[in-house]
Amino acid sequence: MTDPRSRPVLRESSYGPPPVIGRESTNLGDILERVLDRGIVIAGDIKVNLLEIELLTIKLRLVIASVDTAREIGIDWWERDPWLSGRDQELVDENRRLRERLSAVEERLLAWEERTELEPGEHPQERARDRQAEARDRRPGRPRGTEPGDA
Amino acid sequence: MRDDHPGQGVYLYAVTYGGTAGERGEVPAGVRGIMSGVMSGVMGGVMGGVMGGVVRPVPRGGLVAHVSDVPLDRFGEEPLRRSLEDLDWVEGVARAHHRVVEALAAAGPTAPVRLVTVYTGEDQVRDLLDLRHDDFMEILSHVAGRREWGVKAYLRRDTPPPSPAPSSPAPAATTAAGGDSPGMAYLRRKKESLRGREDLWRAAAERAELLHAELGRIAVASRRHRPQDPQLSGRSESMVLNGAYLVDPAREEEFAAVLDSCRGRFLDVELTGPWAPYSFTSIDLGAGRGGGVR
Repeated sequence: MTDPRSRPVLRESSYGPPPVIGRESTNLGDILERVLDRGIVIAGDIKVNLLEIELLTIKLRLVIASVDTAREIGIDWWERDPWLSGRDQELVDENRRLRERLSAVEERLLAWEERTELEPGEHPQERARDRQAEARDRRPGRPRGTEPGDA
Repeated sequence: MRDDHPGQGVYLYAVTYGGTAGERGEVPAGVRGIMSGVMSGVMGGVMGGVMGGVVRPVPRGGLVAHVSDVPLDRFGEEPLRRSLEDLDWVEGVARAHHRVVEALAAAGPTAPVRLVTVYTGEDQVRDLLDLRHDDFMEILSHVAGRREWGVKAYLRRDTPPPSPAPSSPAPAATTAAGGDSPGMAYLRRKKESLRGREDLWRAAAERAELLHAELGRIAVASRRHRPQDPQLSGRSESMVLNGAYLVDPAREEEFAAVLDSCRGRFLDVELTGPWAPYSFTSIDLGAGRGGGVR
């Protein structure tokens, strides 16, 4: 089946250049997509494959996910998949560190704004409280997809 | 016939026509070819399956299941749980599985089953062929003589950006900040470029819809799969169509012509295949057998 001659019509189409630039049937993604997500689903005797394959298929779907979803959750190929690389704890830690740093930056920004933008006669404490409350409201929740449980 | 070996499982790749002596008259010549081809194939006289197992036919009632032995210390329930976390291992199994399925499909109608479908013995496989005889026959007759082609369409990278959409006045920016601060200007540019990309995306997606519909009219059956992530497709452009089409050989030329004609300003089109009919055998046959099937 790897013989190009096995597809004479599409190869030798007389309608201009052949539509194919390169055969990609050995592309791992294409193969995984087919062997995991298509074909006949039968319960073998080894029952575990049902659950485990589901899980793997779900992981694969994340990778094969629509481009928008993939972009949204920042998914990457296997080596960067926390599930597969066991680096989820690392990500959680990094996420926590980043949030702490973000808070610190926000605090400093607020302090700086307070010094530079204070209107004459305005009470500094009141202004600062308002801004802090505002900043808390604005602060986004957990970014999606950065926690292992989200997907 | 092999009896069940302790420690060995039977890995099922695919089901084809085949058969017993009484039914041989119905068997397409190509299938008999592959039967011997599989047994005397590429790797030193035998066709290698997953983990080097020798692929062998298990005939029953006009059907043949193609199987090989696998060690249960890798394919048992607990080991599989771990193994499936290992991409290298999964890749090896997937490629071996695919290789066997491709060889079978090259020779005749083939119904591939999902990766790592494992039985405790050949008897269980024969039971399956008995129990699901009619379903397999139906699937095989559906795909017989036809080939699956994959078509992926990408948003063209070199598509010129559309004329900028008329931007609505941004009230907050004009009043409060006293004109554009560099930050506001940056955000506005970003927003406009985003809108431009969305327009492009929409135009490409519409063309992909048309292409899919047109290919679907030529094909016997068609499926749309999820677009692949760039990491998976290996291309940086966004995929807008990931289709599979089961095509009669007589209409392949027409199919190719449609692909050629759609090479427009917005789409880059890629053809893969022919594939074994993975996308057109997805009938869930599990319900009859015990044990949680989705």
